[in-house]
Amino acid sequence: MTPETTTAQPLSLERVVIRFAGDSGDGMQLTGDRFTDVSAAFGNDLATLPNYPAEIRAPAGTIAGVSSFQVHIADFDILTPGDVPNLLVAMNPAALKANIADVPPGAAIIANQDAFEERNLAKAGYAVNPLEDGSLDAFRVYPVPMTTITLEACKELGVKPRDAERSKNFFALGLISWMYNRPTDQTVTWIEEKFKGKELVQAANIAAFKAGFNFGETAELFDHTYEILPAKLKSGRYRNITGNLALSYGMIAASQQSGLPIVCASYPITPASDILHELSRHKNFGVRTVQAEDEIAAISMAIGASFAGNLGLTTTSGPGVDLKSEALGLAVSLELPLVLVDVQRGGPSTGLPTKTEQADLMLAMYGRHGECPLPIIAADSPSGCFDAAFEAVRIAVKYRTPVILLTDGFLANGAEPWRFPDVGDLPAIPVDFASEPNHDGAFWPYLRDPETLARPWAVPGTPGLMHRIGGIEKQDGTGNINYDPGNHELMVKLRLEKVMRVQQDIAPVDVDGDVDADLLVVGWGSTRGFIKAAMRNVRGSGRKVAHVHITNLFPFPSDLGDVLRRYPKILVPEMNMGQLSRLLRAEYLVDAQSLSKVQGAPFRSAEIEAKIMEMTN
Amino acid sequence: MAAVDETAVPLTRKDYSSDQEVRWCPGCGDYSVLAAVQSLMPDLGVRPENIVFVSGIGCSSRFPYYMNTYGVHSIHGRAPAVATGIAVARPDLDVWVITGDGDGLSIGGNHLIHALRRNVNLTILLFNNQIYGLTKGQYSPTSEQGKITKSTPFGSIDYPFNPLSLAIGAEATFVARTHDMDRKHMQETFKRAHAHQGAAFVEIYQNCNVFNDGAFEEILQKDKRGSMLVSLKQGEPIIFGDDLEMGVALNEYGEAHIVQIADVGLEQILVHDEHRTDPAIAFSLSRLADRPTTPTPIGVFRDIERPVYEQEVTAQLARAQERSGPGDLRKLIESGNIWEVA
Repeated sequence: MTPETTTAQPLSLERVVIRFAGDSGDGMQLTGDRFTDVSAAFGNDLATLPNYPAEIRAPAGTIAGVSSFQVHIADFDILTPGDVPNLLVAMNPAALKANIADVPPGAAIIANQDAFEERNLAKAGYAVNPLEDGSLDAFRVYPVPMTTITLEACKELGVKPRDAERSKNFFALGLISWMYNRPTDQTVTWIEEKFKGKELVQAANIAAFKAGFNFGETAELFDHTYEILPAKLKSGRYRNITGNLALSYGMIAASQQSGLPIVCASYPITPASDILHELSRHKNFGVRTVQAEDEIAAISMAIGASFAGNLGLTTTSGPGVDLKSEALGLAVSLELPLVLVDVQRGGPSTGLPTKTEQADLMLAMYGRHGECPLPIIAADSPSGCFDAAFEAVRIAVKYRTPVILLTDGFLANGAEPWRFPDVGDLPAIPVDFASEPNHDGAFWPYLRDPETLARPWAVPGTPGLMHRIGGIEKQDGTGNINYDPGNHELMVKLRLEKVMRVQQDIAPVDVDGDVDADLLVVGWGSTRGFIKAAMRNVRGSGRKVAHVHITNLFPFPSDLGDVLRRYPKILVPEMNMGQLSRLLRAEYLVDAQSLSKVQGAPFRSAEIEAKIMEMTN
Repeated sequence: MAAVDETAVPLTRKDYSSDQEVRWCPGCGDYSVLAAVQSLMPDLGVRPENIVFVSGIGCSSRFPYYMNTYGVHSIHGRAPAVATGIAVARPDLDVWVITGDGDGLSIGGNHLIHALRRNVNLTILLFNNQIYGLTKGQYSPTSEQGKITKSTPFGSIDYPFNPLSLAIGAEATFVARTHDMDRKHMQETFKRAHAHQGAAFVEIYQNCNVFNDGAFEEILQKDKRGSMLVSLKQGEPIIFGDDLEMGVALNEYGEAHIVQIADVGLEQILVHDEHRTDPAIAFSLSRLADRPTTPTPIGVFRDIERPVYEQEVTAQLARAQERSGPGDLRKLIESGNIWEVA
């Protein structure tokens, strides 16, 4: 091949959605991540949607083993990882088969031609090669012999062919990098760093990456490249971030701003484990992490840490919340600060460990015996996980209560540019440990602050404030064991009233859209971007709609009822069977209509758009 | 156990006793354990504010309410986990766990073995009365097979746990047994457990006079103790009997068994060494009596050194700070590729 620059000018695009798909051993998450990072550094706005099987290595070449990574990059502020891909990179027949239903006619498909041989075709259930039988005529299909060229590129390096073959994902990355005019030096540096000490792997990956890039430039398969300019985002400094990382940073920030050292006790569970991994790296911030023997131990350790005056934190997903429910009740009864992070995934039971869902709202609200209220906060974007974590800690500390922070698999693994705050602007989280007796020379552990109803936090080591607390009902004030019926009712009401007072401390409802709208869309959590994207399109067609996205799910903002009653129709899109819509109906007697999706995947904004159109016809 | 602030003011049992009315059944063995602990406290040299008692659920788990220290009466079985959280957060505190045979060996068995293997610096007192008392008399994981209770009218089928075998199997670094009829022995044992660095596990034979009265009477009646209690003393041959005529020896398989000293000679009697790293002999001693109806060893079975969990956690923090300096939030947040939009 003679190196030769493409003559055609790059074609300018506003946005593109690319989906990398291959076998779970093909390194698609890595490839997608890398492309994302390069695009972020280039200044595009972006959003990502990783999708991978629960099995670490499902049988190679099968549909069950397909892993994909979708990234949406644009020169303007985008809201979602994109409904459908404009370009599908399919590393084998199974990847094509598993994803083709999502690819719209006219879109491009780049396929690793070498993988489309008899065995792989059979494993994917193709009787004939789809690259040859005309079944893909509706698409622009580019078969590329990725494996062959990768092997060729690595031939001189002394890499075993089997190992060289594994570099083909970097070939794909190189090709796509060429196609979208991404800088290459960053990726080369990254490969050098990532595979430091493994010279052969390093060399093979770089060779494959360059081969992919050069292939695009020299093979006259593509008539031009594309260019997506940096996005004109709100001014500020940005970095790329996933939800789990942002959440970890939010916790560390809250620890720093409160002066409370973190004890994070967790049991490994998908898709929450990365928070434990991340926090365990930052011991120089005084973060203590314990990988507990089980979910119950994890929250119990967090309770112990909070009793001892640290910030107890436990991170999990739905099955873990089930197990922690009794201990959560103890934390409610002890009235100690604690944050439980539930990175929701598809349920019930083991369900869909790697797929997203929002079906734990009722669990967070009601999943404990007795009257057991606690504040619930939901993050609504990957970078928003930082703020949500910070806020969860603030409320937990101020009101001496466990807080459930809901995120989900999409937020956890999805990435977007984050206009990060200046550390100097982060508010302090005041902590007032009790230091003196508070009642006639004695210490009453349940004598409450009149404004917040929070009880004093007296930590061991403080002379004169020794006290015993437990899960048995206690007398208001003294905290002594008490079974008196009147006292129990008082305590039940006080615990609820205390949590309700969080309302005085949270922002009123922020309505986005027309005051005289015919329809109000109410969402929570990770649907935010998808709803906003749908709203843009609907407004473009002249309809009047408004959107409210709820961050505080318990208690709701105090003006929520008034806002809801202003609109004739209410639509609540959720990745569950209508949990928020039921809460709104029960609380406010409004006709909140549910739009439900439980497919282990986010909404497409088009689905929400269609429902809005239907309801505003 | 270094405490936060030791002062020279002498403290008394009263300083460690709360004003709460003790509500166990009259005649319960728990009273004597409580008295032993309360009156031992001044000798341990730790001020009340630096002590935390943590319990689960059950009769014995009411214990913390009666101590004028910090205390958490947590939920069923989870005391070792709550205590681990306290110890990890505050390695300076003196943390005790009060549990029972149901709480610690049934619903909370998992947390107990993991606290032991991690070697968290906890003093764990397991009140073993071989019955569920608080729920009014069901068989427990230490009840003998065939036990007739409300939930087993035809006799229990379950094979019981031997708590010391379990603790030694989990490689606990300190394992001991005492009983509620001998305050002096309890206090000596608790004192040793408290002084131990790491998880110290003490099984206390404790009589439930309402639902399982006399469970230990075959070994604990005053006139039987001489022949039925095998007192373990560091560095001494293990001998017992009213005339010290009996001893414990190892057979050809290394298993402890009872012998007449006259038959084998004193030199064949096992010399007790609680510091043996290998747990095999301690384990074998824990199996000497199948049930508390035949000669039963009491005292310290095992006392070895191993790094303490929360000290290691703290050491990792210190090393991280040495290596990377104290955490810098700005540097953390602003790591990776940064770009600016004007």
